[in-house]
Amino acid sequence: RGSTMATSPRELTQNPLKKIWMPCNNGLPEKHTSQRKVCMTNCPTLIVMVGLPARGKTYISKKLTRYLNWIGVPTKEFNVGQYRRNFVKTYKSFEFFLPDNEEGLKIRKQCALTALNDVRQYLGVEGGHVAVFDATNATRERRDIILKFAEMNGYKVFFVESVCEDPEIIGANIVQVKLCSPDYMNCNNDEAVEDFMKRIECYKNSYQTLDEVLGRDLSFIKIMDVGRRYLVNQVLDHIQSRIVYYLMNIHITPRSIYLCRHGESELNLKGRIGGDSGLSLRGKEFARCLGKFIKEQNINDLKVWTSQMKRTIQTAEALSVPYEQWKVLNEIDAGVCEEMTYEEIQEHYPLEFALRDQDKYRYRYPKGESYEDLVQRLEPVIMELERQENVLVICHQAIMRCLLAYFLDKSAEELPYLKCLLHTVLKLTPVAYGCKVESIYLNIEAVNTHRDRPENVDISRPPEEALVTVPAHQ
Amino acid sequence: MATSPRELTQNPLKKIWMPCNNGLPEKHTSQRKVCMTNCPTLIVMVGLPARGKTYISKKLTRYLNWIGVPTKEFNVGQYRRNFVKTYKSFEFFLPDNEEGLKIRKQCALTALNDVRQYLGVEGGHVAVFDATNATRERRDIILKFAEMNGYKVFFVESVCEDPEIIGANIVQVKLCSPDYMNCNNDEAVEDFMKRIECYKNSYQTLDEVLDKDLSFIKIMDVGRRYLVNQVLDHIQSRIVYYLMNIHITPRSIYLCRHGESELNLKGRIGGDSGLSLRGKEFARCLGKFIKEQNINDLKVWTSQMKRTIQTAEALSVPYEQWKVLNEIDAGVCEEMTYEEIQEHYPLEFALRDQDKYRYRYPKGESYEDLVQRLEPVIMELERQENVLVICHQAIMRCLLAYFLDKSAGANAKILLPFRVSVNVCINITLTCVV
Repeated sequence: RGSTMATSPRELTQNPLKKIWMPCNNGLPEKHTSQRKVCMTNCPTLIVMVGLPARGKTYISKKLTRYLNWIGVPTKEFNVGQYRRNFVKTYKSFEFFLPDNEEGLKIRKQCALTALNDVRQYLGVEGGHVAVFDATNATRERRDIILKFAEMNGYKVFFVESVCEDPEIIGANIVQVKLCSPDYMNCNNDEAVEDFMKRIECYKNSYQTLDEVLGRDLSFIKIMDVGRRYLVNQVLDHIQSRIVYYLMNIHITPRSIYLCRHGESELNLKGRIGGDSGLSLRGKEFARCLGKFIKEQNINDLKVWTSQMKRTIQTAEALSVPYEQWKVLNEIDAGVCEEMTYEEIQEHYPLEFALRDQDKYRYRYPKGESYEDLVQRLEPVIMELERQENVLVICHQAIMRCLLAYFLDKSAEELPYLKCLLHTVLKLTPVAYGCKVESIYLNIEAVNTHRDRPENVDISRPPEEALVTVPAHQ
Repeated sequence: MATSPRELTQNPLKKIWMPCNNGLPEKHTSQRKVCMTNCPTLIVMVGLPARGKTYISKKLTRYLNWIGVPTKEFNVGQYRRNFVKTYKSFEFFLPDNEEGLKIRKQCALTALNDVRQYLGVEGGHVAVFDATNATRERRDIILKFAEMNGYKVFFVESVCEDPEIIGANIVQVKLCSPDYMNCNNDEAVEDFMKRIECYKNSYQTLDEVLDKDLSFIKIMDVGRRYLVNQVLDHIQSRIVYYLMNIHITPRSIYLCRHGESELNLKGRIGGDSGLSLRGKEFARCLGKFIKEQNINDLKVWTSQMKRTIQTAEALSVPYEQWKVLNEIDAGVCEEMTYEEIQEHYPLEFALRDQDKYRYRYPKGESYEDLVQRLEPVIMELERQENVLVICHQAIMRCLLAYFLDKSAGANAKILLPFRVSVNVCINITLTCVV
């Protein structure tokens, strides 16, 4: 062995919060970028919406932003119309948008540039990965300005165009989201519709749709007739591929998603987490009530999904309808803490208990999972929920929190503390740009399993301060 | 009184809770993750010769089978070869060759008959009908056949006019075809080019207006552009996503396990131990090997378990950790020896030997579960180019089964003899095999 000794491989230490093995130097973890599942975005991505007014650009922008943030890609949307409203305090009429209105054109261009500046701020200093630039961007000239801007700053550009000529869809769009716009606060509905139709006309003559020949070197998806047909060109990387897949799975057919937990379980009664126990008497009562409730709702073609744990399946059995079991809907794996009470966790793993309170989203149980892990395994559920119409998902506390956070656009910080109580059904109905939530408590008593974050999250805290928010149990 | 809910029993093999009647499990269809295929799907390839239809058919079939959707491809060219024992020349394919046309139509119908057999009696879910299907007339025959039998139809068209790609295609897969066994390469190329010409005049590409009610994906220029129309259901959505992620750029995938671990030495399964001395030595050798291979832009992936990360650390290159590459979770049997499993869980041990693919450890996973969690890895491997995946025994078996097109049963039996594989790094260079 005469050659030079190869460098000794670095020692590894396990990060106490996320349980990730990382190289360390004298016991201290070295900065290491390899934790992320797959580096989705090497350089920032600028998504550019394209399309006439009332083609769903803002709907898509907001939904896509919500999805990307949920899967862990920091994303923000920049709505140029909003910048215009901030600048021109009162909207007068469609005449602002006339192609020969010099003043209007100047202001609109200025708003676009201001928005782009904020994009640069977000993708640069603020650490954003994806920015969604929501405006008509209907001319090649405007898109060239954006492409130059992106090139200067080292962003990848992906265009999302929505093309639709169905008057019914456009009409419904205007009713849902334009009539309640700040622009039309002081008009009646008919006036608003008339003005908006004229606004669309202002753009039509100069509209240059993305063309497969002229735009052949651009990366884009053209969505036609609300998803009946798609043209996809030059998908460059992983994140663009995921965006295309997502956009091809969403739809706008009205429907409702029902989320609830299993009925109260035997382990719930004892204040123990995890496990695979059956329903308590009250839990079985809830299941019967749920069956009654679902029948009364008279839902068209309802799909029912459960996890593969006994308590959710027992709950579904009471509905007397077919259901599908998904392993990925199983409750969070608490690893070494499975079937413990919080008191026992505090006693046996006080450090773990404190770390969890410090960062509940990223905290991974030893030999278990974190909320961050859950989001990764629930992504196919979200994708299939987007494809489906009416669905009832009978799941678990941590799972329901993750799904709810997706629909209600809750941050990683809020997600682990969302209130998902036993025996309460949440009915989610997409409306306008968001989701309406109705909470229906089926009036069967159950233990409370919701533990709020205590004030003292220090690892040296006394046990009583750690346990102060533990709900009562047997 | 409402009907009492049915009692549940847990299937001992897969650990699935199912309703039972007097202790016996009732037949229940709710085990599958999502019912991917309510009615069978007929995938119909469309395109001129040498546009990659068979490459796509075989790859798609391999992927669907791996994710658990029983799929089979039906290559009409093969039916023709079986019928017309010796191929003479392109003249067989001339549009005015009555005899040829008759035989070719007969072969297509025979293949469709086999499709019906597969999707009906044999319980297949998806059939891939691989032929040029280049005219609207032929596609209408297929649509009628599908309607009569209650199949959904999804067309996959490959359009390409790049002479370099077509030329490379011919060299890779046509020259070694049985049709050209007795020709030299130049003769074969010349004949094949004339064969393509036979189709060109009658070729009717899928059109967004004329075919607006059909479900299809048109792949243009080997994936540079796609036109997707009327995706109807989950399986079509997954097929589209898969087709949009595959590419034909030459590259290599390297698969290996972590170096020998401390628990390996003790014959214990699972756990999260570090490398033994020999394991560290392997890691060093792996580093040397990788350097010598001089691989262009190699990506290195590991699991989040200490032993694979330690192995990667020795390569002194950046690597990415994937939780889904973690070894199979042996649940209550974690860190046991096989002797201890036999002692404490003899029933479990026997069930595992009876059906190793579907067997799920109590509070753990099965190979079937692994395939579900590894699907995003396969998808990303398809997108990537040169990749080294440092993983674990069960994981590697699943990945290898995908690339080598092993059936579910064989999936769990792929031998990775441990002592040998300490020094083994399997290199999969993907080539198109007709």
